[in-house]
Amino acid sequence: MTRARSTRTTEGRVFTVTGGDWDEMLSEAGFDGGTGRLVDEGFSGTGPDAGASGDEEFAGDGGDDRIIINMGPQHPSTHGVLRLILELEGETVVRARSVIGYLHTGIEKSCEFRTWTQGVTFVTRADYLSPAFNETVYCMTVERLLGLQVPARAEVIRVLLMELTRISSHLVALATGGMELGALTAMTAGFREREEALHLMEYLTGLRMNMAFVRPGGVAQDLPDGALEHIRGFIDVMDSRLPEYDALLTGQPIWKRRMVGVGVLPLEGCMQLGITGPILRSAGLAWDLRKTMPYCGYETYDFDVPVATEADCYARFRLRLEEIHQSLRIMRQTVDRLAEPGPVMVDDPKVAWPAQLSIGGDGMGNSLEYIRRIMGQSMESLIHHFKLVTEGFSVPPGQAYVAIENPRGELGAHLVSGGGTRPLRVHLRDPGFVNLQAMPAMAEGSLIADVVAAVASIDPVMGGVDR
Amino acid sequence: MTGGEPPRDDAGSGTDPAPGGTSGQTTSGGGGFSSVDSPAESPKGTTGDASAGPEGSEGAQGSDTAGRALAAPTAPDGRRSAGPPVPVTGTERHGMFGQHGSGDTSGYGGLITAPYVPVPAERPYGGWFDDLADRLADAMAARSIPGSAISQVSVEHGEITLAVPREHLVSLLWTLRDDPGLRFELASSISGVDYGIGVPRRLHVVYELTSMTWRRRIRLEVAVDVDDATVPSAVGVYPTADWHEREIWDMFGIVFSGHPGLTRILMPDDWDGHPQRKDYPLGGIPVEYKGAEIPPPDERRRYG
Repeated sequence: MTRARSTRTTEGRVFTVTGGDWDEMLSEAGFDGGTGRLVDEGFSGTGPDAGASGDEEFAGDGGDDRIIINMGPQHPSTHGVLRLILELEGETVVRARSVIGYLHTGIEKSCEFRTWTQGVTFVTRADYLSPAFNETVYCMTVERLLGLQVPARAEVIRVLLMELTRISSHLVALATGGMELGALTAMTAGFREREEALHLMEYLTGLRMNMAFVRPGGVAQDLPDGALEHIRGFIDVMDSRLPEYDALLTGQPIWKRRMVGVGVLPLEGCMQLGITGPILRSAGLAWDLRKTMPYCGYETYDFDVPVATEADCYARFRLRLEEIHQSLRIMRQTVDRLAEPGPVMVDDPKVAWPAQLSIGGDGMGNSLEYIRRIMGQSMESLIHHFKLVTEGFSVPPGQAYVAIENPRGELGAHLVSGGGTRPLRVHLRDPGFVNLQAMPAMAEGSLIADVVAAVASIDPVMGGVDR
Repeated sequence: MTGGEPPRDDAGSGTDPAPGGTSGQTTSGGGGFSSVDSPAESPKGTTGDASAGPEGSEGAQGSDTAGRALAAPTAPDGRRSAGPPVPVTGTERHGMFGQHGSGDTSGYGGLITAPYVPVPAERPYGGWFDDLADRLADAMAARSIPGSAISQVSVEHGEITLAVPREHLVSLLWTLRDDPGLRFELASSISGVDYGIGVPRRLHVVYELTSMTWRRRIRLEVAVDVDDATVPSAVGVYPTADWHEREIWDMFGIVFSGHPGLTRILMPDDWDGHPQRKDYPLGGIPVEYKGAEIPPPDERRRYG
């Protein structure tokens, strides 16, 4: 059996623990398992080997030992493959650093080798809990470079999808956050409701996640028949179930004691660290891009931006819950607007998909009449179809940056075009990436259990953080 | 379409279409980018000539602060060459199927386009951009930052971009953050761009700043050479720049001097190379399916 090895460094004695030797290490460090205390200076350990080893190296030298532990990258309470390096004094975190990159998939680089339209399928996979936002911000930036104005109905559909996604993303934040704090019922409830959201998403777009439904110039196709009834049904279900969260969590003593006053990051810290989203709003600044720098017609919707001033995990939890209500409110308004039919893709044959899609014997595809026309009647249409589908459309050279409010904060897309049919550069400013920088500020000085609550309240999604 | 055909004419007439012609490119780049003082006076068509005498003619204009663009009043000693021309921001493109440098007008050769150069904006910029420019000019004067700290202003797609030589970057960021009339409190995004092999000063660092007070966004752009890829760190001004700059170092190999701990962030510590440089291959392995082999994405035939 391997034993915990220790080396003396300028910082003191450092143990390297590899797993399975935890007890051994503790005993060698002079930790008394019976009393749960670090025993006094000079004690040679209670473990079977510690005293017998006679090695001066292992003689316990008191309680000033700091333990550096790795939490993750495979740890159930780190929200995916996030690795936390915690320097502990007892149970108190002295220093905390996060290590990211375990989920880096090169999305930004891959986009440079695909057409502008294909880029949607890449960016939607970045922050996998809020795909509609990734798609929309990317497409809005492409449209700005193209100088396009999207049809009104397409914008409403985008708003609908984004708010639906915000709900499902916040539900996962509640669910996983609850699970990490031991509130397993929060997890089952959160995932139950998220399932409803994903079912609706599947009905509307054909896919539960990573829909690639939003395209440069509009959306891929119109909503299916019966969409409005499904949306109304979903809103009713959510309205009936959301009070359960209040009953289950909001006033619950254990939940509050795990969250109130934990992970505090006041406004100064937020501003310095560039924090946006619920964390910033929990510190008292009502900064929500939907209100402050409206896009997609958000200025025409009636909704509130909840704000708190406690700047702790509990405030963030309450804000997320309230934002779900507000998103439902926006969805209700989109239903009214969707009653009116209209185009969902810009009327520009240089950009829009050339065919009308319809259901055939083998699923969704170009309609038969269309195939008949381009194959039998119009050579030019066939060439155009081939060019647009294989080569894609060109985007005039230049750069643009568009930012929208995703469930975690400001999601920005910085795109550079060299004038070709492929992007020269795609960069996603993911709020999870930026907000995760706040982890040390929230965690240092607190107990290790509070680190879990703090990370849960940041709600990073590693797909977006690492891209 | 906005900015569909930027000033291709002057850059394209540069007889050397090969991107390797550094000197020729620099000249055309300089032509596209008269310094910030001049846009008020020089009309678009004459930008090519303006580059001929960046010291003399623009110096005279620079001192004419009455109708200034962003000219700091403290530029009486004439325009130094300190404001370097902003490099081209785009690669030269050739026709399909490997066509190079032919006079072919049959279609494929006609696809050759010159590298893109953003148009220097002229006062009035429109909207709040003029207000911003006035405030910035005043703030720069108050902090005695020379007018050459902004080498070009361009307005495109409703966004304003200030090209900044790196030596003035940090002082300009302090000004933009702290001046009450500017207050760009939030560094929304900092990202690197590699404009490709052969483009002079191909590595860019792009700062997207947001003013929460005034609800405005501006962009700062710093361009450096691959051989001298060093940019002063913005961490002192915006602590949030920490991870952004680490990512840019990781992906583009731009060194941010003064950064507290410039280590890789997304790639493993012992990784070789900087993956998002254009000369770094995408990688990938061919996929075989039913006997046919599909090459990896970066080795497939390109159409565009």
